[in-house]
Amino acid sequence: MSGRPIFTRPARLAAIVPYVWMLLLFLVPFGFVLKISLSQSALSQPPYLPTFAIAMDDAAWRAALGLLSVDSFRLLLTDNLYVLSYLRSLVVALVSTALLLAIGYPIAYGMARLPLRWQPVAMMLVIVPFWTSFLIRIYAWITILQHDGLLNQVLLALRIVAEPVVWLSTDSAMYLGMIYSYLPFMILPLYATLSKMDPALLEAANDLGASPRRAFWSITLPLSLPGVAAGWLLCFIPITGEFVIPDLLAGSESSMIGQTLWLEFFTNKDWPVASAIAIVLLLVLLTPLAIYNRLQRRQLEAR
Amino acid sequence: MRANRLSPFNIICLTLGAAFLYLPIVILVIYSFNASRLVTVWGGWSLRWYQDLFNDSAMLAAAWMSLRVGVASATLATLLGTLAAVALARGEGFRGRGAFSGMLYAPLVMPEVITGLSLLLLFVAVNAERGFWTVTAAHTTLTMCFVAVAVQSRLSALDRGLEEAAMDLGCTPTRAFIAVTLTLIWPAIAAGWMLAFTLSLDDVVIASFATGPGSATLPIRIYSEVRLGVKPQINAVCTLIIALITVLIVTASLVSKLSRARGESAAPL
Repeated sequence: MSGRPIFTRPARLAAIVPYVWMLLLFLVPFGFVLKISLSQSALSQPPYLPTFAIAMDDAAWRAALGLLSVDSFRLLLTDNLYVLSYLRSLVVALVSTALLLAIGYPIAYGMARLPLRWQPVAMMLVIVPFWTSFLIRIYAWITILQHDGLLNQVLLALRIVAEPVVWLSTDSAMYLGMIYSYLPFMILPLYATLSKMDPALLEAANDLGASPRRAFWSITLPLSLPGVAAGWLLCFIPITGEFVIPDLLAGSESSMIGQTLWLEFFTNKDWPVASAIAIVLLLVLLTPLAIYNRLQRRQLEAR
Repeated sequence: MRANRLSPFNIICLTLGAAFLYLPIVILVIYSFNASRLVTVWGGWSLRWYQDLFNDSAMLAAAWMSLRVGVASATLATLLGTLAAVALARGEGFRGRGAFSGMLYAPLVMPEVITGLSLLLLFVAVNAERGFWTVTAAHTTLTMCFVAVAVQSRLSALDRGLEEAAMDLGCTPTRAFIAVTLTLIWPAIAAGWMLAFTLSLDDVVIASFATGPGSATLPIRIYSEVRLGVKPQINAVCTLIIALITVLIVTASLVSKLSRARGESAAPL
């Protein structure tokens, strides 16, 4: 890193406002989530006890502190509903990311082999759907997948099926929605590593007698692993907590943890349990989040 | 990687990928002009669902709310995100830099239910009245991170020799930054604004937590309609949003192309 020290001072001052903003609106709120996860549900406004106020005297503070408990966390561990929700979320995230990788890798690979002047166009084509609303894209699939939707019409017309198939409210529809929504997040990091790869490596492999297939498995794939890791994390973490896609596309027999949190919060008005769900979800995702942050920082320093 | 050695397999993957990404959107747009009440039966071309839309006062109110939130939060997020990007790209190793970049990167992947819930609990704790300002603050928090990442990657790619040359010619660091750096990165800043705006226009989950009764945003409204079933009016409103975003993207790419062309012609000076 070069640059004059004289330039770094104003740049550091620029950090102050966004730093304070993120502290107050990103980090501090987790403190409130933790505090309310230790509170008890109550029929009051806001719907939990105890509440703290700076103006309270010592005795009131002590009484309020005495009301804190780990009941909500105990409930999460003992009631199967919650454990099953967490497990389902992890399974769905693992299956979705595996599918995303299987579909995204060949596309990213094809993009990296396009003539150079076509590559920005291909990149734009991948990014644009990310800009158009995610809710709209899910809605588009609902119209296609519904009972008398386009997919069933086409299948019936081609006589592939004799009767309309139930697509909506199934796990297949949910996985389709996951793949459709997260595909750009998988493709872009893969493409970034694949396009930076030195073509001389493959030529060398060819000169040494390796078949293209062999060259792919022993050179291209290992070298693209950082991109695989980045894409995987970029999809795995948000999918685990996904709410809208399973809510609109999957059936109602089993729910992912994001749906359970939503239900506890908005329908049951049980803020302490919803907060406890969030805290545990955060703990589950802490390892992938830490790895993701390290990858990002290394990329930042490498530039 | 070597170019122009596309195998048929590569071409098939790319074609199928493009079709998969775009066909559903195209179908949605076409069916918004369907005369039939049934979303799935084609009844000829018509604009009746757009007319219906302009008589739906709840939908219009939600759209107005979303536009205001989008513009306000995107503007705030662009200011804060650009400051953050400058600090990350030019601030070298200041104390707390690791925590700072961590706080900027984590929201990009953080499940929205967690971000939404934590922001709501904050708003309740400080007794903020929920509505326009709370949704704006929530969206600013999320989208400034996207702006910071986009602008920072442009800043890091910039030749710092230019800033140093300006200072050698007598500019103060601040003046050099405004005259040279900002002039060169403003397309990235503009793209950041548009990204922030579209993200705000898209968000259901965080807005559901952050908003109060009576101030639904457009996605919240669309979401509650979609839960009840498919309606041609929804196709129409989705088409309008897609059109708005397309105009923004085209403007953004034209602007950046123009500025690049100007930048190239100005470079030899």
